[in-house]
Amino acid sequence: MSRRSTLGAPPALLLVPALVAATFLVVPLATLVIATPWSRFFELLGTEAVRDALGITALTSVATVIACLLLGTPLAWLLARVEFRGRSLLRAAVTVPLVLPPVVAGVALVTALGRNGLIGGLLRDLTGVTIPYTTVAVVLAHTFASMPFYVLAVEGALRASGEEYDVVAASLGATRWTTFRRITLPLALPGVLAGAILAWARSLGEFGATITFAGNYPGTTQTMPSLIYGALQSDPEVARTLSMILLIVSVAILASLRNRWLVRP
Amino acid sequence: MNIRRLPVLVALAAILPLSACGGGAGAGAGGESTLTVLAAASLTETFTALAAEFEADHEGVTVELAFDSSATLAQQAVDGAPGEVLATADETTMQIAVDGDVVADGPEVFATNVAVLVTPPDNPAGLTSFADLDDDAVTYVVCVDSAPCGKIAAGLIDAAGITHEPASLEVDVKAVLAKVTGNEADAGIVYATDAVSAGDAVTAIDIDGAADQQTVYPIATLEQSSDAGLAREFMALVLSDAGRRVLEDAGFGSPP
Repeated sequence: MSRRSTLGAPPALLLVPALVAATFLVVPLATLVIATPWSRFFELLGTEAVRDALGITALTSVATVIACLLLGTPLAWLLARVEFRGRSLLRAAVTVPLVLPPVVAGVALVTALGRNGLIGGLLRDLTGVTIPYTTVAVVLAHTFASMPFYVLAVEGALRASGEEYDVVAASLGATRWTTFRRITLPLALPGVLAGAILAWARSLGEFGATITFAGNYPGTTQTMPSLIYGALQSDPEVARTLSMILLIVSVAILASLRNRWLVRP
Repeated sequence: MNIRRLPVLVALAAILPLSACGGGAGAGAGGESTLTVLAAASLTETFTALAAEFEADHEGVTVELAFDSSATLAQQAVDGAPGEVLATADETTMQIAVDGDVVADGPEVFATNVAVLVTPPDNPAGLTSFADLDDDAVTYVVCVDSAPCGKIAAGLIDAAGITHEPASLEVDVKAVLAKVTGNEADAGIVYATDAVSAGDAVTAIDIDGAADQQTVYPIATLEQSSDAGLAREFMALVLSDAGRRVLEDAGFGSPP
């Protein structure tokens, strides 16, 4: 408040575009809330297709988070704590999926893990197992899209929590594994949690890579976004209802993040 | 502390791809005169050829083609997407545009199409007839039920008494074809025209009774057209003998 009096009133040149931006971001979501057929909301929520898609989305997003925790944490640690040649190159390479169009990610996954892909073809010849059209394929697509978010968040937390504690632990005789387990990881825990929520959110919304690589079948590979896209072709009301469900989940995620970032000055 | 703020940006980036998937008609502003045609995905080759012919006959006119699923395009037309002409792959989706009061002239039926079974060239599952799909070892894909090609596929599967389910319900017929040409599926149900356009990349197998479930293609000009005369001329070209020849070469049937 005292600051405001010394700086003067906000100039219209900044205030007007700011309000336009805020309106632009809020109005579509507000209209979605209004356009949702609330009288049919719970009826639609109970249909088999929606329950299947919700189930697949819940299952695959949790599996994605677990995959990120188990594989992404060590990768983040490697990037934050170990000096080696090509480290920045590796960091750049693993963050590419972050900016990659999801459909391109799907095409890349097909060329690697499709039934005629480099690895997928080998797997098929050796074991007869094919990956596409399975729930596992959905998790792979989601993990490919989500892991960079997780790794970036955790690496940032590891760097921010400081290496000096690791050095102290080592000087007291702790092995590097013990240091990681007892010092590094507990200090970075808020970052791990935030990264996990980010990865989970990305997984909930993943569409392009999933439908390209894993396909779209109710009960095995059909996630909420795939169902929404399909519903849009037949019944826009259903699509709006399903979108509303995802919007509610997104807002819940934002609320859980709020305490971490949004209220801090 | 700055580095900890980064995830907020990252979180925002995560939400973007969802919205980017909507797809849409590229509104071709500028140029002397632009005719935007919204056409079903299965019309990609023929309408590209007809658009070239139309441009050659009309100096200074550029034809912008937007291909997508019929339902998406019809809905976009109702929502006011820029466009002069709408051509869909069945009458149900055209009805969306009619009900939305955006149709000016038409709709008129200009072509028919039937479903066929396609396999990769080497036919990895050794299929010889449509009934062979009823085998758990066969991986086949069809369009999602809400798309016209999916309705036809579901009808044919029902009629043939096939109980083995498809591996995936693709969003449109080109996605089904891509799974087959990419050898990610043993078979797919597509239109006869898609089998023609894919050439050597697929082997086509006729489906008994496919003619009973043929689809008709209606065309109409749109109310939001900025040049109604030009829109009508394009529609006339599609309905003309020359237009019909292009369509028949691509595997379409003539309207009843």
